[in-house]
Amino acid sequence: MIPTQVTHDIEPGELLARVAAYKRGDWRLVQICATTLDVFEMNYSFTRGAEFEHVRVRIPLENPSVPSITGEYFGAFAYENEMHDLFGIQFPGLKLDYCGNFFKTSVKKPFATSMCVIQAGAPKGGEARG
Amino acid sequence: MKPLAMTKLSLRNLFKAPATVAYPVVPRTYYPATRGRILIEPTTCNLCVICDVRCPTKAIKVDRKGQTWAIDRLRCIQCGACVEACPRKCLATGNQYSEPVTAKSIDVVPIPFVPPPPKPKPAAPESNDAKTSPV
Amino acid sequence: MAERTVIPFGPQHPVLPEPIHIDLVVEDEHVVEAIPSFGFIHRGLEKLVEKKDFNEFTYVAERVCGICSYIHGMGYCQAVETVMNIELPPRAKYLRTFWAELSRAHSHLLWAGLLADSFGFENLFMQCWQIRETILDVVEETTGGRVIFGAAKIGGVRRDVDADTLKRCAAKLADAARSFEELKRVFRDDYSVKKRLCGVGMLSRDDAWRLGAVGPTLRGSGVATDTRLEGYAAYGDLKIQPIVETACDSYARCMVRLHEITQSFELIQEIVARTPDGPVFEKPKGYPNGEYFARLEQPRGEVIYYVKGNGTKNLSRFRVRTPTFANIPPLLHMLQGCELADVGLLVLTIDPCISCAER
Repeated sequence: MIPTQVTHDIEPGELLARVAAYKRGDWRLVQICATTLDVFEMNYSFTRGAEFEHVRVRIPLENPSVPSITGEYFGAFAYENEMHDLFGIQFPGLKLDYCGNFFKTSVKKPFATSMCVIQAGAPKGGEARG
Repeated sequence: MKPLAMTKLSLRNLFKAPATVAYPVVPRTYYPATRGRILIEPTTCNLCVICDVRCPTKAIKVDRKGQTWAIDRLRCIQCGACVEACPRKCLATGNQYSEPVTAKSIDVVPIPFVPPPPKPKPAAPESNDAKTSPV
Repeated sequence: MAERTVIPFGPQHPVLPEPIHIDLVVEDEHVVEAIPSFGFIHRGLEKLVEKKDFNEFTYVAERVCGICSYIHGMGYCQAVETVMNIELPPRAKYLRTFWAELSRAHSHLLWAGLLADSFGFENLFMQCWQIRETILDVVEETTGGRVIFGAAKIGGVRRDVDADTLKRCAAKLADAARSFEELKRVFRDDYSVKKRLCGVGMLSRDDAWRLGAVGPTLRGSGVATDTRLEGYAAYGDLKIQPIVETACDSYARCMVRLHEITQSFELIQEIVARTPDGPVFEKPKGYPNGEYFARLEQPRGEVIYYVKGNGTKNLSRFRVRTPTFANIPPLLHMLQGCELADVGLLVLTIDPCISCAER
């Protein structure tokens, strides 16, 4: 049995309200992670003492956009800029925006295509270079 | 707050032997477990190519036709995956690091493996009923 | 009206173990604003998960960083083992904890040397690294490599250490602990060290929590959190007391790390005394299917490993959120209003491991 970790699946519209509630409850933002599947899955993790909770938002692969939480947690600018550069996700309202210069990679949005998604029939290779 | 709190230690170090070793005049002592470089025993190898497949950096290249086993020492990360994977146990981890080199080169080791002669096939049956389709 | 100049700090700088670039907006030797630039060491290692099978990826995970390499390997293995439901043999858990504490001690000693170097105290720098050599010798004797341990494997550890070697290493480390106490006294009492560290880089308790600080940066501001209390590996059997200082300045953060070195040496003696006999490896069956967030305590703070498997031999996502990444916003807060001469010291005080932060 994988130990269950509390995960709340929510819509992108509810994200800011949830994050504000965590901020009021004195939770610390732990990390933000994006995974490329058939949608982009964004995991936000918060902790307070021994509690560890996650919030999950799913956004489509075309024109991905999630409201920025830097209004509540300024420290999130690092995670959001990283995800903008690697996955191409837009964060309207981002307080410290590097405009694509956070990680200056030669291949733009290198993580946006996943070989695991395209291995079922689409041509192999894509943007993933070894 | 003490000024010059380091004085006692510094004076003691002044009268002690140096902590460093006069390498390369004095050779470095390696531990038995040190992962220095990969060594092969050519007589036991049977060119099964498992080490080539398992190498994470593709430093090992096995040529079955030419009967050679080659390793690029600068690409090798001394992880020991090949040593653990070899079914004949002909690879070993030597505990000396490779010497520094001035040009990239690949170490090629000829493998004197003679494949056993193929066994004679049993004679094929005359009528082959399985091939005819049912009516 | 004072004029503002922009001074670039990094990517090459003697205090930095890894490259980071900060543009400092300076007004007459006081830093008004600091804007960091990253990306010098981004290797895209997380994407390699899709090409290498999950067993082979351990080698990549270990090489994310040179200083914190072992705990990266251990954390990756722990996350995948939880997803695959593998129960580790007790001896493997204790050996992993032994190496994790050695990794913590060597990393903090490296940091202590760099800190002394950042304010010019080269003698203390060399002495700290001399003690670190004893630890690296113990690591080489037990695992085979000085910096990249190569000891973590999904299902256990790659090699066993016999009881005589463990006792011998414990004796060497006890000597190292005694030598270290003298150096700790110098850090604690020396006039010039205190003049450079006390009152520099204030980070109040609320700011530290709000900006997401982790590890000694958070514990030096009075918050008692330590991820080792979660009880992973053999930490559930050991008594860990988080080391907290309340002064909220660089001196407090320095003392937290030095006390943690002493704590690591004591924990190692306890681990060697209590390591049970038994097997060190349990063969994993099948492929990982599921997701999990593993939390471990690196020397620099809390590290998160997120692993998502889809039933094939390649994982679909692996993410490391390293403590340095979380400590960058507190660093920017500390840099505002500081003197130009203290910038190197303040960057070091969060223990930057940029190759971890950028993978």
